[in-house]
Amino acid sequence: MKYLLLLPLFFAILPGYAQDPAALLQKVRTRLDQVNDYQASGLMKTNVPFLKVPEATVTIYFKRPNKIKIRNDKGISLVPKGAVTISLNTLLKGSYTTLDAGSDTLDGHKVRLVKLLPQDETADLVLATLYIDESRLLILRARTTTRENGTYEVEMTYGKYISYALPDKVVFSFNTKDYKLPKGITFDYDDGSAKKPTATGGKGKVEISYTSYIINRGLADSVFQ
Amino acid sequence: MSPIIEVSGLTKFFREQHAVNDLSFTVYPADIYGFLGQNGAGKSTTLRMLLTLVAPTAGKIRIFGMDLRTHRSEILRRVGAVIERPDLYKYLTAWENLSLFARMSGIRPDRGQIMDQLELVGLAERAHSKVKTFSQGMKQRLGIATALVHDPDLVILDEPTNGLDPQGIADIRNLILHLSSHRKKTVVVSSHLLSEMELIASRMLIIDKGKKVVEGRADELFDPARTIVELDTADASFTAEKLSHSQWQPFLRERRGDKFVLGMDKGQVPVFIQDMVQLGVRIQAIQPRHSLEDYFLTLTTANQHVDSFTD
Amino acid sequence: MWTLLRIELFKIFRRPRTYIPFAAIAAMILIIQLGLKFDGRSYLELMMSSLSDSFIIPYGMIMNGYLVAFVILNTLLIQVPLLVALVAGDIIAGEANMGTLRLLVIRPVSRTRLLLVKFYASVIYTVLLLVWMALLALFLSMLLFGTNDMMIARNTVMEQIKSSDVLWRYIAAFGYATVALSTVAALAFLLSVFAENSIGPIVSTISIVIVLTILSEMRIPLYDNTVKPWLFTSHMLAWKGFFYSRSDGQGSAITGSVENLPAILRSLGILLGYIVVFVTTAIVAFKKKDILS
Repeated sequence: MKYLLLLPLFFAILPGYAQDPAALLQKVRTRLDQVNDYQASGLMKTNVPFLKVPEATVTIYFKRPNKIKIRNDKGISLVPKGAVTISLNTLLKGSYTTLDAGSDTLDGHKVRLVKLLPQDETADLVLATLYIDESRLLILRARTTTRENGTYEVEMTYGKYISYALPDKVVFSFNTKDYKLPKGITFDYDDGSAKKPTATGGKGKVEISYTSYIINRGLADSVFQ
Repeated sequence: MSPIIEVSGLTKFFREQHAVNDLSFTVYPADIYGFLGQNGAGKSTTLRMLLTLVAPTAGKIRIFGMDLRTHRSEILRRVGAVIERPDLYKYLTAWENLSLFARMSGIRPDRGQIMDQLELVGLAERAHSKVKTFSQGMKQRLGIATALVHDPDLVILDEPTNGLDPQGIADIRNLILHLSSHRKKTVVVSSHLLSEMELIASRMLIIDKGKKVVEGRADELFDPARTIVELDTADASFTAEKLSHSQWQPFLRERRGDKFVLGMDKGQVPVFIQDMVQLGVRIQAIQPRHSLEDYFLTLTTANQHVDSFTD
Repeated sequence: MWTLLRIELFKIFRRPRTYIPFAAIAAMILIIQLGLKFDGRSYLELMMSSLSDSFIIPYGMIMNGYLVAFVILNTLLIQVPLLVALVAGDIIAGEANMGTLRLLVIRPVSRTRLLLVKFYASVIYTVLLLVWMALLALFLSMLLFGTNDMMIARNTVMEQIKSSDVLWRYIAAFGYATVALSTVAALAFLLSVFAENSIGPIVSTISIVIVLTILSEMRIPLYDNTVKPWLFTSHMLAWKGFFYSRSDGQGSAITGSVENLPAILRSLGILLGYIVVFVTTAIVAFKKKDILS
């Protein structure tokens, strides 16, 4: 009987469970700070209702604190704006009010939800929600709402480079506008097949699978021009 | 001698009339065959049918002993023609035109052959000028050269002297005679000028309103004893009145304005003149008429005679 | 046959007016290239307007020779058939007008062969026009604007083709265009048989092509389901189909694929059918015709 009374105390002091969100964030930040810069190769797949583009080999450059560039050396790639303007690092630096938003399960991993509200009222970011895997100190998902570019969601899967907290796969989801160009401009060939429904505003997804990272070799600023 | 051209029962009906109506004629080798008729008589249409430009409504055409319908290419290889005005490619030179048509007729002429043709028609110096710089007469001559360049056995010329000056007309005439006598070609020439035709044709066909009027040797067709005269007097109405009361009234074929056209035997002409003078008619001119129209008039009055006035 | 064809081509290319369409095409293409060189950005911004909110658009890379060529081909849709009609509509009626037709018909060559040779000559002329267009619209654009992936703005979707995957599509497209333009040539040719001067057939062909194109492009159910699939103008645009790729079901384009090849081949078949009908009718009519010119 006496032991039953001890149970609530027991749960209260289990490590990580009652952690302060700000502290959690700091731990994640420290983990991510291992990486000063990286140059990664990846395969970019675009799945947007009104876009039909081939898979592209891209090179992704990152330099602390928040320089990101996604480049296709062999051709054109349409990079979603949110992918390069709001980086995780921006989210983790800066002054925010952090809120504990509970916990959830994501892909079999237990995650803590942390909401960030920027203290700067004029900032582009309005709200960010991070899904953090506490045991591995990794961000599995981030949902950000910005003034300029609407709401983005980034989902990350980790594998080979988990020690650096660098993902194997990143999926950006975002809202898209309606796409329609008048016939008078396009003069399409009508092959008589059933008309596809016009792409109404919906969600677009861009997925990058990272094949290799070159980490902390040093990158010049000119790369990001 | 087997005929070069045999036409029987040739008929062409279009635009609601018979352009050619049951026409039959024969052309023999080395003939210079004259096709005579007024404008619109059906000469051109007949020639176009001989050349497969126009399809007959009925009738048969044999050339070189072959049916035109079944042996078209074989026949046309040996035929050269100029139809109405000779239109050639104005933006090409004389040389190029000749060369082009020769090759279409199945021969590959060398320089020498082309120059020969141009010399024959007197255009050698203008061989490399564009046809658009040519006069009507030169175009006519080039047209004839085009018809001859592939050395055809039969030459068909539709109004070849149209638009030519007297010298040009004489040149063509000589050329036709040369083709027949020296080059042994059969020539079919059409015209509305009886006087010209008489000078060259060995045989003739006279056609009127699509029908044959007469066919035969030239010298047989025109009775030298008969003539048409045209009378020109000082006072036409006075003359008309006098004529109407005289015995010469039946001989009056036509009044053309102030002139009077009469048909009679040649021997009657002096008697007629004497009578007129005696009646007080002041004769300004009297001359023989010899056109195709006049010939038709003789045909319709062939059996008319006047009683001799000689007392 | 070869001799006759050479003679026909000789006649065509010795006339100054034959070269007008070549000059016109060159002028139109250079104007478009100049316009895009100086202000291609505005054109691209319109094209990409739905995307510019969500994506970073590399305008400089998108405006490349392959895209410019596509824009040029699109723009010349109406003009080039008219230029083809200019020569094809004249090829018989013009001879009738000049008075040379009767000289041709009395040659020991069948009327069928005469006409076929003239038609082949029109087709060769069309091919030469297209080669000229290809040189200026494609290769010159590639020189002036460089090459890169090609973006194609369709009605409901924006497609991208990798630069290595583009050229063969252009070759196929030009090949198809030859047939499409030959259809117009065949129509002009047919009308030319019935006329004594070239203005009639040229204007009639142009009018027919314009009216039928309007019918083909309109979205009126009455025409959509009945007449439209059988109009040759509905199928003249099928060359574009070579630039539409298949999707892999997850939104990505499959490199080297064609979205609907059977449809393009069907369109091709219809056009070839039209050509056969037009030319056969022309020959039959010509054989019966009395040449009075």
